[in-house]
Amino acid sequence: MSEQKTYELGRHPDMAPPVNMVGFVGWMRANLFSSPINTVLTVLCLWIIYISVPPLIQWALIDANWVGTTRNDCTREGACWVFIDHWIKQIMYGRYPDTELWRINTAYILLVGSMIPLFIPGFSRKGLLSIFLLAVYPVIAYYLFVGGSFGLENVETPLWGGLFLTLVISLTGIVGSLPIGIVLALGRRSEMPIVKALCVGFIELWRGVPLITVLFMSSVMFPLFVPEGMSPDKLVRALIGVMLFSAAYLAEVIRGGLQAIPRGQTEAAQALGMSYWKIMGLIVMPQALKLVIPGIVSSFIALFKDTTLVLIIGLFDLLGSIQLVGTNPDWLGFSTEGYVFAAFIFWCFCFGMSRYSQHLEKKLNTGH
Amino acid sequence: MSEVVSDVTKPAKPPIWNDPVYRALFFQVLVLGGVVALGYVLISNTLANLERQGIASGFGFMKTTAGFSILMTLIKYSEEDTYFRAFIVSLLNTLLVAGIGIFFATIIGFLVGVARLSNNWILSKMAAVYVETLRNIPLLLQIFFWYFAVLRQLPGPKQSLNAFDTFFLNIRGLYSPYPHFLPGFGFVAWAFVVAVVAVFFMARWAHKRQQETGQQFHTAYAAFGLLVGLPLVVAAVTGFPLSWEYPELTGFNFTGGIVLIPELVALVLALALYTATYIAEIVRAGIMAVSRGQTEAAYALGLQPGTTLRLVVIPQALRVIIPPLTNQYLNLTKNSSLAAAIAYPDIVLVFAGTILMQTGQAVEVIAITMGVYLTISLLISAFMNWYNKKMALVER
Repeated sequence: MSEQKTYELGRHPDMAPPVNMVGFVGWMRANLFSSPINTVLTVLCLWIIYISVPPLIQWALIDANWVGTTRNDCTREGACWVFIDHWIKQIMYGRYPDTELWRINTAYILLVGSMIPLFIPGFSRKGLLSIFLLAVYPVIAYYLFVGGSFGLENVETPLWGGLFLTLVISLTGIVGSLPIGIVLALGRRSEMPIVKALCVGFIELWRGVPLITVLFMSSVMFPLFVPEGMSPDKLVRALIGVMLFSAAYLAEVIRGGLQAIPRGQTEAAQALGMSYWKIMGLIVMPQALKLVIPGIVSSFIALFKDTTLVLIIGLFDLLGSIQLVGTNPDWLGFSTEGYVFAAFIFWCFCFGMSRYSQHLEKKLNTGH
Repeated sequence: MSEVVSDVTKPAKPPIWNDPVYRALFFQVLVLGGVVALGYVLISNTLANLERQGIASGFGFMKTTAGFSILMTLIKYSEEDTYFRAFIVSLLNTLLVAGIGIFFATIIGFLVGVARLSNNWILSKMAAVYVETLRNIPLLLQIFFWYFAVLRQLPGPKQSLNAFDTFFLNIRGLYSPYPHFLPGFGFVAWAFVVAVVAVFFMARWAHKRQQETGQQFHTAYAAFGLLVGLPLVVAAVTGFPLSWEYPELTGFNFTGGIVLIPELVALVLALALYTATYIAEIVRAGIMAVSRGQTEAAYALGLQPGTTLRLVVIPQALRVIIPPLTNQYLNLTKNSSLAAAIAYPDIVLVFAGTILMQTGQAVEVIAITMGVYLTISLLISAFMNWYNKKMALVER
């Protein structure tokens, strides 16, 4: 028995809390084993992690084959990343000619380079830069990709593919659908019954059907709509379909922003004698668009994921390229690796953008 | 006196080109004219193109013989049947996959949504990882993964994965027992109906008694007993008139039982797991939207935790959950059209694919396909509006 110390009344020093209530043990007691049910759940979760994670790491990293040139370099015990390495050009650029790849890379660098200042808080010319990105950049990119002028060789769109095509379709889709979406949103809130009815009808029609039927329509019905011999190529038809489809969704997102702007803003502008287009362009739209930036980013993520559907009408985007190289007779049986790789790329893009949109939401939430 | 005032305050009439009424009218006529002109150009082009290709327009083709077979049919169908019957078969297949998908997506979604709010750290983190991984990968990629990378790699019938000798999973699909209803099963079914009716009236009586006397009656136990017990007793009396037909390996393949084709299994797996991530987020947001004060107030009034959940939290959370949830159901139904990519015979594959190729009637076929999805969407949104009205908070 240890010696008992005596203290004066009220002079007892603070004792350290019991070991099992603080620190790591305390945290575990509170968060993992607080009740019998929780203990069971924790054990179950640990078991699931135990049976799933180690084999996955074993397959994807430890037993995997990283270097080689043919399928014989793969031991088949783990993942065969040689497959991806061998086809990386096809997966990234499709069948775009080797000698012309610098054009795509230049466009990428230009895009990333001109987007970086947008994320710098102190940069003062964001407006100008945005106009450059939305209006001038697409023209430059168009000439770079298609060629046929300025001494550049013409590259037919059937040669486009891979991640490059995915980015072209999703970026063109979102940028092209923004103005249509704005007009539709304004039309839906208009007081003119015919304009309103037309816009509501258009929006509900496109929102009510799956994208795949829109793509089918653009690939099968579009050639019927135009005079003989004037039918645009497959990519342009798909782009028009994607644009109309995403415009309907964007219109609803923008309408949400318009509804959030108090009537007083419009009324004050009217009292100052501004015309409708001035009110919308200078007062209401800038505020509404700022509110819905996170919504637009979400729509873009959805569109980015939906671009995979173009493989059904015979365009080879990222997923389509993977499907295609997976059917190569020399490389049969590596579809799992291909899908995991494609999933990883898509996940990086989508997760990054969704995190950014959440960050924006917090930053832009200046009210209360 | 009054005339004088109105004379003074009446503003001068603006010239006609500045009058809002006339301007609106003019603008609308312009827009309508533009739309009609565009429609005219499109239709005349289409008619000219169709005439040149020698395709007759109209819906007469629906009555001709289809001449192709369909992998999976819920109703009787053969190659001699008409296109219309093929259309119905594919429509049912679409509805089937959407129905099963919605069922599983709801269950998984609710479980994961609640798990993310759990105070068990590892459980909530695992739910978060699940949601953040699967919702950021395109659905089509997931369908391909399940179909080509998982189900196509399964062993042949002889080496099937076996669960209790009743369920077999192999490259041809998922085999499960098939119930045969023997004569006398009708009595069991009727017993169940009687039990349902009895439970309904019992609940009403219990509610009324509680309102009048304050005495509670545990309907849940009694209802469970009635619903399970009564059919069981009747079944025992009639000698269990139900026999299961088990799938059996004969030669190179299984016979008997129900087969779920791998296309359907892959599609349901991908749709349910993908949509469940969205439903989980909706459920989480819905529960978090009910402020803690509600629960605390209910406890202060002496309500039990279970009762609090049932009578206070869930009704309020549902008001937030149901509208976006319906939206997800709608999305799942529309996404089921991706079935075409792995050749599950849904409406897009059979109707907008095979039948379109055979007949060349692009306009009619695409219009019908879009019409089907549009009808489903409008029905669901009509239901949602009705439900919203019913559930909306009644405020002054």
